[in-house]
Amino acid sequence: MLNSMDDSRPIFVQIAEKIEDDIIEGELPEETQVPSTNQFAALYRINPATAAKGVNLLVDEGILYKKRGVGMFVKEGARVQLREKRKSQFYEQYVVAMVREAAKLGITTDQLTEMIRKGEQAE
Amino acid sequence: MSQVVYAKGLTKSYGGFDAVKDVSFALEENRIYGLLGRNGAGKTTIMNMITAQTFPTRGELKVFGEEPFENGRVLSRVCIVKESQKYPDYFSVRDVLETAAMLFPNWDRAFAASLVEEFRLPVKRKMKKLSRGMLSSVGIVVGLASRAPLTIFDEPYLGLDAVARKIFYDRLMEDYTEHPRTVVLSTHLIDEASPLLEHLLVIDGGRILLDEDADELRGRAYSVAGTASKVEAFASGREDQVIARETFGSLASATLLGVMDEGTRRQAGSLNLELASVSVQQLIVHLTQENTQRKAANDR
Repeated sequence: MLNSMDDSRPIFVQIAEKIEDDIIEGELPEETQVPSTNQFAALYRINPATAAKGVNLLVDEGILYKKRGVGMFVKEGARVQLREKRKSQFYEQYVVAMVREAAKLGITTDQLTEMIRKGEQAE
Repeated sequence: MSQVVYAKGLTKSYGGFDAVKDVSFALEENRIYGLLGRNGAGKTTIMNMITAQTFPTRGELKVFGEEPFENGRVLSRVCIVKESQKYPDYFSVRDVLETAAMLFPNWDRAFAASLVEEFRLPVKRKMKKLSRGMLSSVGIVVGLASRAPLTIFDEPYLGLDAVARKIFYDRLMEDYTEHPRTVVLSTHLIDEASPLLEHLLVIDGGRILLDEDADELRGRAYSVAGTASKVEAFASGREDQVIARETFGSLASATLLGVMDEGTRRQAGSLNLELASVSVQQLIVHLTQENTQRKAANDR
């Protein structure tokens, strides 16, 4: 209740992921300003130095850039870049786990494919 | 970055007992530190030495670059809020706040007034008539509104409910971002305070067990749980990483230092073990417990 962060993973990584999610979902369009470190600190009740580390991680990865005296902005092309990055993680994170669980439950590959189709229709 | 506290080989003995043994650390300006450890670990003794309430037996201690003892220049820049704070019998809440206003050069009256309102403190009431939670709230108001360059909170929230603790964390972070200062928070409520802390000092048996950035400890350990024989199979190749083990009949769990990478995930998956990441609080509990057990084994 008192905090929204997972205390078993580095918080700076979680901050970077939240910003990435907002960029991918279009909440933070390219060339718009990202909330300040202090705003992140207040919103998620975390240490500002940790929040800054998360923002800087995305600067290093070329997702954000700094406008002197103004703040951090989303770089042009950031959305495409992030989508590609997430796609490569998708296999390890979701597919491998799904296939393992399916095997445990005796779900065949055909049944699994069928389920994916069904899931698509429900969307 | 300049150092606010510098301790080298700091020791405090009471009779033949070393409450603090050969401790060395530095606190840098404008960071928020967590001073953590079990009861009797030596946290309060360290804080009492920093605030010149007790003399070190041996070692070097500098606060703002100077010896703290009977040093007005240093002590006017330090505020300590402690659970066991005593007040004169006839003091009301207002008397405490007025005294604090005189003692601390950076005191902010308006901020203090707004905190008094938020904590619903009766300013006219005598301190000795306050409930445990209200006493804690007065300490917190003093600690925050003093804006001392070095502010130390020693278990500040005895008797405070979750709402009041949330107010404390919120106001601390807000005010810290506007008026950065060095803060030391000693607490047992690691889970809820941990996101606010930049750096942790974990004390155990009078010594420093860990001196690291909090974020470095998140994701430092993981645990596996499942059938006892399979947990053993998983742990057998990693004996040096295991920091805790528990068995419940045919089930067991083990906590290991290390990163949960793809290899560990796969092996745990193939053994049908449940993998979980370990929070800072769990990690510190395991490490301080392990340390105690190892010491007991050595003494035997």
